[in-house]
Amino acid sequence: MSENKTEISVEALRAGDREEFSRLVDTYSGPIYRLALKMLGIPTDAEDVLQNTFLKAFQHLKEFEGRSSLSTWLYRIASNEALMLLRKHRPEITLSDAAPEDDDNSDYSPAQFTDWCCLPEDEFLSSESQAALDRAVQHLPETQRIVFVLRDIEGLSIQETSEALNLSETAVKTRLLRARLRLREELSTYYGERLDKRSKE
Amino acid sequence: MIEHEHSKCRSLLGSLSDFVDGTLGEELCEAIERHVAECQNCHVVVDTLRKTISLYHESAAEAGEVPVAVRERLFRTLNLDDYIRH
Ligand SMILES: [Zn+2]
Repeated sequence: MSENKTEISVEALRAGDREEFSRLVDTYSGPIYRLALKMLGIPTDAEDVLQNTFLKAFQHLKEFEGRSSLSTWLYRIASNEALMLLRKHRPEITLSDAAPEDDDNSDYSPAQFTDWCCLPEDEFLSSESQAALDRAVQHLPETQRIVFVLRDIEGLSIQETSEALNLSETAVKTRLLRARLRLREELSTYYGERLDKRSKE
Repeated sequence: MIEHEHSKCRSLLGSLSDFVDGTLGEELCEAIERHVAECQNCHVVVDTLRKTISLYHESAAEAGEVPVAVRERLFRTLNLDDYIRH
C-alpha cells in the first residue's frame, strides 16, 4: 500500500487524535480488507480481521516504535489476525521458520507445459477468470498463502514481508517460490482448458 | 528431451523467483537465459510464471475498496462515528 497523500502523523496518533486515527483507518482499510479476503475467502471473516486489526492497532499504538513503517506494522497485525482465525479451524498451523511444509519433500517440479499466455486479453478479464485466481490462492497452504498475498498481491518487498511475518528472508523466498509454482500449475490447468475450448469453438 | 537437459531444468528451478523478479545475479541470470533459449518446457514455465504473477498484480490494482457498509461498521466499532462522513 502506498504511504499516500499527507503523511499520517504517528505523534498525533499517539496523542490520541481521533481524526488522525480515522485517517489511518481510511488510508489502510482497503489493503487490509483485501488481504483478509484473499486469506480467508469469506467476507464476514475478512470483516472480523479488519475490525480486530484496527482495534489492536489502537490498543498498541504506544508500542509502535517506528522501526518498520506504519503500513508494515499494520500488515503484521492483520496477518496475525488472519492466521489466528484460520488456526481456529486448523490448530496445527504455525508460522515458525521450521514449518513442516518447508521440510517435506513435496515435488515442486513443473508438470504442465501448456503455453496459455497467448490467450486473448478478455479471457483474463472475465469474472470467471478472477474467481479462478482467487480459488487458486485459497488452495495454497496458509503459510505460503500469507507470503504470496503480502508480496505479490499487496506488493511488499521481501524485506517488508519478512518483517511483517517475523520470518527470515530465506524462508520468505522459499515459500514465495513454492506458492508461485503451485499457482502456475493450477492456472495452467484452468487456462489450458480455456485454450482447448477456444480451439474447438 | 535428453537427460542432461532435464537435470538442468531442476537445478534452475530454485532461482526462478529471483529470475522473474530481476534480482538474480548476472551469472545465474545468463545461465537461465541460455537454457531457456534451448529448452521449450522451461521457456513455457518462465513465461507462464511471469504471467501468473502479473495477473495477480493486476487483480490487486482493481480491488482494494472497502464496501460502504463494512466501512461504516468499522468506524462504529472503533468509536469513530463522528468521522464516518468524510
Ligand atoms: Zn529446461
